[in-house]
Amino acid sequence: MFFYNLRLAWISIKQNVSLNLLMVCAIGLGIGVSMSMITLYAMMSGNPIPEKSDQLFAVRIDNWDPDEAYTDYQGRETQPFQHSYKDAMVLRSSTIPLRKAAMYKGYFVVEPANDTVAPYGQVVRMTDRDFFAMFNVPFIYGGVWSESANDLGERVVVIAKETNDKLFGGEDSVGRQIKMGEHQYTVTGVIDTWNPLPMFYDLNNKAFGDAELLFMPFAIISHSEFDRAGNTNGWKAERINSHEEFLNSENIWIQFWAELPDAFTQDAFKDWLDSYVLEQKKLGRFPRPLNNALDNVTQWLEVNHVVPDDNRVMLALSFMFLAVCLFNTIGMLLARFMGKVSVVGLRRALGASKFSIFYMHLVEVALVGLGGGLFGLLLSYLGLFMLRESVEGIEKLATMNLPLVLMAIALAIFASVLAGIYPAWRICQISPAHSLKTQ
Amino acid sequence: MEIRPILSAILRNKTGAILLAIQIALTLAVVVNAMFIVQQRLKFIGRPTGIDIENIIVISSQGFGSSYDHEQTVFSDLELLRAIPGVKYAAHISRFPLSGGGSRSGFTSTTDSDAESVGANYYFAQNGTIDALGVKLAAGRDFLPTEILTGEQIDNGVVASSVLITKALAEKLFPDGNALGNLVYGGTGDSSRVVGIIEKMHGAWVSWDGLNQVLIFPGLRKDSGQRYLVRTEPGQRDRLIPEVESVLEKASVSRYLDRMEPMSEMVGRSYDNDRVVANGLIIVIVLLVSITGLGIVGLASFLVRQRTKQVGTRRALGAQKYHIVRYFLVENWLITTMGVVVGTVMAFGLNYWTATEFSLPKLDPVFVPVGILGIWVLGVLAAAGPAKRASNISPAIATRTV
Repeated sequence: MFFYNLRLAWISIKQNVSLNLLMVCAIGLGIGVSMSMITLYAMMSGNPIPEKSDQLFAVRIDNWDPDEAYTDYQGRETQPFQHSYKDAMVLRSSTIPLRKAAMYKGYFVVEPANDTVAPYGQVVRMTDRDFFAMFNVPFIYGGVWSESANDLGERVVVIAKETNDKLFGGEDSVGRQIKMGEHQYTVTGVIDTWNPLPMFYDLNNKAFGDAELLFMPFAIISHSEFDRAGNTNGWKAERINSHEEFLNSENIWIQFWAELPDAFTQDAFKDWLDSYVLEQKKLGRFPRPLNNALDNVTQWLEVNHVVPDDNRVMLALSFMFLAVCLFNTIGMLLARFMGKVSVVGLRRALGASKFSIFYMHLVEVALVGLGGGLFGLLLSYLGLFMLRESVEGIEKLATMNLPLVLMAIALAIFASVLAGIYPAWRICQISPAHSLKTQ
Repeated sequence: MEIRPILSAILRNKTGAILLAIQIALTLAVVVNAMFIVQQRLKFIGRPTGIDIENIIVISSQGFGSSYDHEQTVFSDLELLRAIPGVKYAAHISRFPLSGGGSRSGFTSTTDSDAESVGANYYFAQNGTIDALGVKLAAGRDFLPTEILTGEQIDNGVVASSVLITKALAEKLFPDGNALGNLVYGGTGDSSRVVGIIEKMHGAWVSWDGLNQVLIFPGLRKDSGQRYLVRTEPGQRDRLIPEVESVLEKASVSRYLDRMEPMSEMVGRSYDNDRVVANGLIIVIVLLVSITGLGIVGLASFLVRQRTKQVGTRRALGAQKYHIVRYFLVENWLITTMGVVVGTVMAFGLNYWTATEFSLPKLDPVFVPVGILGIWVLGVLAAAGPAKRASNISPAIATRTV
């Protein structure tokens, strides 16, 4: 029955090609515009680490100005996103989390031993050794640096596959050295391509950038001074003229993550944080009310407004656009089906049930919807292409994956069938007598 | 006018009219809000910066190795750059304005520790940097070469004797208008004297509401990354980029250039999101208006075709052609107006939602009449063709059976 209807639908569409093409265009435009927006939205609101996003927590304590709450870049009051060095050192010492890592961005110039590669600047993730196990970062060669290297801040480095390809031609480079600044750093491991989207562990500068290509121990900064990338915020007027004074200041520039696998450790860690802050209050620090926060990955993405409001508004507008296209299609379908009154009357007179007429027309509409979906896919590819061309760094977001492609087609068919229900219902009301009268 | 019979004709065949009215309502709601957002964004992007953005090349040089001397590099680089024909000014600055990166701090005009501090984006630069930016002094003078602090001095906490501030910052710090010659205090109580007031200059972050509050200290910080501004003769910028690059590459210094581009491109990136939103919405507006226009044509043609015989009869009974045109135009106008009435409510509803949910600004009501007028014009234009066709129906058709 379905295939019979499909064949009938095809014949019917061929009878009025121009009107059907118009419908395909209308549905296609609606799908093209809305799928471009849905794609951006879906890519932006993805979960970067679904397997343990509810066990990883961004830790925040409110060490800010007593007179004024910390505000994010859009002026919303919140807990500070980062920590001072003093507090980070205490957080790093807690034994409650299963794993934990403090981190910030350093900036180093890599001077390759290989003359064919020119020196280049590189943002380096300075972090603790748990970073890799905590965030499920896959290693190809070697592994993370040792506990003692972590504590002492030894000059060791974990490099990404891309860096290994560039500097060592893709070989197992464990034990080799990389010169950065005045020092040599020994490679302990090479990780595979790893690019969580969004880059949830540090959302201060760019949510959808690339992960770093070099990783070195957090503690190197305890004995060396070097350039840092990323944000440094302060509220307290402090005279800072040396590296030591900077490390002892209330400036905040360090992110801290903890893996807390169950409610028990979560509560325990929260209590521990509170007791730390209360104890510090006695020493005159933390002038603000107790206001600590543990946010798991999903909550953290919300707190940071990773999906910009603009995208939500554009998504809503694009759905309204799709609605206009569908109402337009309903109008065209009504006109189209009116032209079939006599044929339908004849079918009814020959014994076709209302339902089979209804079904037959929905199949026809679905076929038009499929055409609209394919055309819409083409348009959304075009739209996303234009986006990639006009905005730097959006490549990974403005890309459709298979589920989104299937969704586009499903949405087109669903939407057109929805649009077809009323016209199909109208046409199946035709009385059998109709065909016998006029002609 | 035959409004009553037209209305009853519409009511007898409601479906098409209702569908079109819904389309028009949605279209008006979206178009009005989209036009408003587009206008906001274009205004935001087009704000005057005070800087000669179109004629500036921005360059970052990243030094490395133990032999690298930042001061020596900057002096020799600037000398090389200034010698290039077509280069009007070349200067150094600690960070680029409008790049999204920079430093900010609170400043006051008194030593009173309870005084509310004013946030300002601060830079380190030398004498001549304001010429390279192309910003104008409203009062006072540029830095003197003797006022420029060295990297060592800055690291050791030496306080700058002089400072340049923008007019916007001056008005906040010194509401009485006596900024020039007065002292500006930093958070630690250090003070510097205002020697010049810059008419207008944008700072680092385009979405910060203190974008115009900028302060420049005289100094050259000890930094491995150095930034240059090269301001060219008008129209020479693109031609000079390769030349500037090769001159700097030839200098035998252990560094690499990690940025070399027109300032307008860098600034453009800071506004990427706003530009994409504006362009995307313009596309949506155009498509939406076209689709709705087609919808109007479709319904009008359908109604004309359905009433061929009636039109013929009216013509046979003495109606003029313009009566027929008027009939269809008025009918169409009634339908669009129904849509527009609902659409106006929806437009404000949509804006209420975006304003409360997403802190987007409140709709400027002027866009509503503009949108309504636009839809009316669209309606008349779209219905004109079918109405004209209707008026050409021959009176003789009344005598035939169709």
